[in-house]
Amino acid sequence: MEQILANGVYLGAQYAMIALGLTLIFALMNVLNFAHGQMYVIGGFVTYTFYGQWGVPFILALVMSCVTLAILGALIERFLFAPVIKGSAREESTMLLAAGIAFFLDAVILLVFGEKQRGVPKIMDGVFNYDFRLIMPYDRILICVLAIVSIVSFIGLMQYTKTGRALRALAQDRTAAQLMGVNVDRYSMIGFALGAMLAGLVGGLLVTITGVNLGMGGATSIKAFMMVMIGGAGVISGAIWGGIILGFMEAIGLALLYQYGDITYLLIFISLMIFLAIRPQGLMGKPWG
Amino acid sequence: MLKFSLKQFVGVGVFLVIIFIGVPLIIGATGRWDIYYTLTSVALLAIASAGVWLTFYIGRINIGQGAFALIGAYVSAILVVKAGWSFWISLPAAGLFAAVVAILIGLPILRLRGVYFAMITLVLTQVVTLTALALPITNGARGISNIPLPSGISVFGMSILPDFAAMENTKLAFYYTACIIMILTYAALYRLVNSRLGHLCRSMQQNEELASSIGVNISYIRIVIFAISSFFGGLGGAMFGSIAQSVYPSSFQVADSVNFMLNCFLGGLGYVFGPMLGTLVLYFGWDLLFEFGKYQMLIYSTVLIIIIRFLPNGLLSIRFNKGGDK
Repeated sequence: MEQILANGVYLGAQYAMIALGLTLIFALMNVLNFAHGQMYVIGGFVTYTFYGQWGVPFILALVMSCVTLAILGALIERFLFAPVIKGSAREESTMLLAAGIAFFLDAVILLVFGEKQRGVPKIMDGVFNYDFRLIMPYDRILICVLAIVSIVSFIGLMQYTKTGRALRALAQDRTAAQLMGVNVDRYSMIGFALGAMLAGLVGGLLVTITGVNLGMGGATSIKAFMMVMIGGAGVISGAIWGGIILGFMEAIGLALLYQYGDITYLLIFISLMIFLAIRPQGLMGKPWG
Repeated sequence: MLKFSLKQFVGVGVFLVIIFIGVPLIIGATGRWDIYYTLTSVALLAIASAGVWLTFYIGRINIGQGAFALIGAYVSAILVVKAGWSFWISLPAAGLFAAVVAILIGLPILRLRGVYFAMITLVLTQVVTLTALALPITNGARGISNIPLPSGISVFGMSILPDFAAMENTKLAFYYTACIIMILTYAALYRLVNSRLGHLCRSMQQNEELASSIGVNISYIRIVIFAISSFFGGLGGAMFGSIAQSVYPSSFQVADSVNFMLNCFLGGLGYVFGPMLGTLVLYFGWDLLFEFGKYQMLIYSTVLIIIIRFLPNGLLSIRFNKGGDK
């Protein structure tokens, strides 16, 4: 039981980070970022290249992942999303753009990094063993702690800095924020870059444990969508709850139903649909997003 | 009754002549028989995309058409292989089954709106794929293969539809069948959009609360529309399974659901024939780029991004950007 709970915390912390980036982008621009999973994969590959291939220290490689994704996110927002949002009659057109970007990033990953599964050397050796009831490799514990630290500092950024206040204002009401003197264009770009950066950071963290491959992008996006739906779209606390809940459900389901294979995911999907039928806006969401 | 202008008559006439006479002549002259398969696929995907377009018409983003296409493909395959039905009866049965499933699932999930509906339909695709893997009747990951070709139908000794297995050129037969079903689908869609129901749908697209407050039964309409939409999905999927002669859980995946949605976006959400054009451009474009090998995806996605960057309202918006057709 302790093992299952520890696995849940570990999965939940990572999932929460993925969902945070997605929900931030959604809250700010009303864009459902299909390319989020691909950004996560790119983050993983950047860390793989720097840490796994060139031997740069892990923390520095992580920073490189963040920087790369932040720049990528800023460029995508500035030159693609912002003009399309201005020019389209229905705002759903951004979904086509997001899907196009997802395809594009997939193609770039395929050309640059290839289709093989990649892994990096362990960042820490040894296994934490508490009476054989709770076994956890040290590197997983480290990654989990790093993820929690990142989430806490992200919340701190949103709550206590000027940028965070501007972003929250933008998420609440775009027009009102503009009237109060918030530079909407600039902060949209910063917000998108921040969301992409979070995806890159998780990718960089997880490459040390699960490795990274091209096919992970789509699956990650779907999981991120589920977490955002559980918690409520566009709400930061909701994304964290969604991540933790999905993490625990997966940990418990895989432990109890491992012999049935994919049944766990089927059950999670079905319970999600039932949950959403009862509470369409998720746990914390505003009605009708 | 609907009134058509002369221009519309001529347009439809030209279109029919092109697909039924022009295309076979050109293909016969150039000898590129493989294009039949591509065009048949386009026609079938356009049928499923028409369904997605219809849910857009009531203001919902539907990324779940792959689920219904897969359901349709499986129902038809199971009826033909295990129950020994004729394909031509299993085809509407597959569509109806998909529609019934859509009603059952739609009752709860159609209450969702905006991105919530989009995301739940995306998840639905995944659910159906996983269900197909888990159920015994669908044969799991091995799928159902060796589906026989459609057999002939004869009434009172008169042959109405020939036996596909006895034909020399099944590609041409499938092409004609797919085109006829596609034309029927779009005729039905056009009729529906220009009917009373279509007006009610437009009112829902603009504002559901307002429509409801002036007496539109929105919960009834959205179920009906979703069922029709899924019927098209099931129809397209069943026909696809019959042409490929096999169905696997991976026949229609999340990527296919997204593609159906992209077809509608690209063609333009304001035009009935938008999804047809979108499917043609996307599928044909993808096929043409095959020669570029590993750069296929890169070029394809770049073109896609450029199109949406400069024509955010769809391809058909070039022609109608003033005045607006509908």
